[in-house]
Amino acid sequence: MSQYYSELSDKVSNALAEIETVNAVVAHGELTIEVNKDNLVQICQTLRDNQELAFDTMIDLCGVDYSTYEGSKSCASRYASVYHLLSVKNNHRIRVRTWLDDDFPMVDSVVSVWSGANWFEREAFDLVGILYSGHPDLRRILTDYGFIGHPLRKDFPVVGQVEMRYDANKQRVVYEPVSIEERINIPRIIRDDNRYAERFANLSSNNDPAGNESQGGSA
Amino acid sequence: MSEIQNYTLNFGPQHPAAHGVLRLILELDGEVVQRADPHVGLLHRGTEKLAESRIYNQNIGYMDRLDYVSMLCNEHAYCMTIEKLLDIEVPERAQYIRVMFDEITRLLNHLMWLGTHGLDVGAMTIFLYCFREREDLLDAYEAVSGARMHASYYRPGGVYRDLPDSMPHYKASQWHTQSEVDEQNKNRQGSLLDFLKDFTDRFEGYVDEYETLLTDNRIWKQRLVDIGCVTAEQAKDLGFTGPMLRASGVPWDLRKMEPYAVYDKVDFDIPVGTNGDCYDRYVVRVEEMRQSNRIIIQCIDWLQNNPGPVMHEDHKVTMPNRMDMKEDMEGLIHHFKHFSEGYSVPEGEAYCAVEQPKGEFGTYIVSDGANKPYRLKIRASGFAHMSAINFLTEGHMLADVVTVIGTLDIVFGEVDR
Repeated sequence: MSQYYSELSDKVSNALAEIETVNAVVAHGELTIEVNKDNLVQICQTLRDNQELAFDTMIDLCGVDYSTYEGSKSCASRYASVYHLLSVKNNHRIRVRTWLDDDFPMVDSVVSVWSGANWFEREAFDLVGILYSGHPDLRRILTDYGFIGHPLRKDFPVVGQVEMRYDANKQRVVYEPVSIEERINIPRIIRDDNRYAERFANLSSNNDPAGNESQGGSA
Repeated sequence: MSEIQNYTLNFGPQHPAAHGVLRLILELDGEVVQRADPHVGLLHRGTEKLAESRIYNQNIGYMDRLDYVSMLCNEHAYCMTIEKLLDIEVPERAQYIRVMFDEITRLLNHLMWLGTHGLDVGAMTIFLYCFREREDLLDAYEAVSGARMHASYYRPGGVYRDLPDSMPHYKASQWHTQSEVDEQNKNRQGSLLDFLKDFTDRFEGYVDEYETLLTDNRIWKQRLVDIGCVTAEQAKDLGFTGPMLRASGVPWDLRKMEPYAVYDKVDFDIPVGTNGDCYDRYVVRVEEMRQSNRIIIQCIDWLQNNPGPVMHEDHKVTMPNRMDMKEDMEGLIHHFKHFSEGYSVPEGEAYCAVEQPKGEFGTYIVSDGANKPYRLKIRASGFAHMSAINFLTEGHMLADVVTVIGTLDIVFGEVDR
């Protein structure tokens, strides 16, 4: 599996060489490329139309907020838009990640490449607050009508910001600031496990010829 | 002179044919749909956000509640993603159990779909037939996990426990005499596998019954043939997976294309449609039920002859044996750690998908090495299918909208998450 994806990684790098030199990593039998957001649509088009690659289906699109990421991976900025593509024709997959600006995360929409991306971009806009320029209908999708904020951002509390109840006097539903406190029963904790350190040292030496060992710390 | 305007109709969110809480704004020209604008999210519970503040095993229960008619398949995808990140192998017996229950789940899902789709289009009997068979399968769920629907039975590293050796029996009461109860308990004398064996022997005949009612039924065909046609190219572009894609003539099934668990060791076929209309999707799903039955039979045979462990041995990540916990110091520590702090998953990211009854269900986990996922993204097939509803219904009659919603096989638990 990894062997196949290493070869695919070369094919992808070659196909995209004209546009930009992409950073490709194979881990857990999955290929991930990181691309510049300015070239995203052009790259997606190439990934779809190149017959050797033929990523004809967009499986998933999601936004990730890396602001509290504590691992050793280097994050170029706070937000990333992550695309999972599938080639039904050639039976292989790829993950494309593009890093976005910290204060105004915006990237070109890929609806023109795969129309299935429409709702996925609306979802990423709704939950993470990433703007997809050129999207035909960028409205909120999952949250309530009139909702404020982007719930999957790390600075959004799990309990939310407002709560809703029916006010009998006013004869309507009223919104109030939340009255419950966030409760953490089990703290988030990172344990170093030597066994994995060894295993992943092997993994990265096998699959990461470019040697982009993570530099530590986040942007 | 008054201008003729399109009529806007609000369909749902509390409409029985909306399969849950779908609000659909329909723009009608007479009875012809010009535009359909679905409003989803009325069942949004923030699963992805909640998962970020819970340890890995606590989230298994949430997976059941996503697509609440194909519960164990969702858990399978989630557990597989964690197993990939932890890099652990699942014992073969656990894999067979998973495949068997995945297929039971597929039957449960397709029976629910067939019954309610029939009901939407106007066929009442099929609904009763389908729910009759679901009963036995839900009993199998209950026997193995204690819950009839939200099983939480799979764990990263295997399944929670081995299959039970006996089935619960009905008891006589003032409503049911001993002889009635004896009749009900007839197929419950042996183990769970014997009970399922008995079911699979009968099931082929049940599918024939459904087909007698529907396949050549004139009204059924008039309602379904040539409604909501999708070509293979369009289906791929719209992100369709599962039966929605196969009905358009693309032989794509993750069980064959990226075999996970032990799907490469069992024998089954992939039904493929030709026209990509609602009728083809019906035929594909009915045939899938027959194929699932075949897989279950093969799994039962294997499981009856091959006892073995059902959980990975490394108790740093899996629950220790109950006796070890009571007698062994290390076992006690493992148990305490497992249920208080949980286990840490090494840093990395992974996406794993399974062929859920509705299509490709995948989970994407970003881990920063903590005991909770940093980010969990759930890829639900229903979300992609739902987004195509405008494309599918445009130019059709209002009554066909109901057929199209039915054929999409959507469940709002997974669309809204």
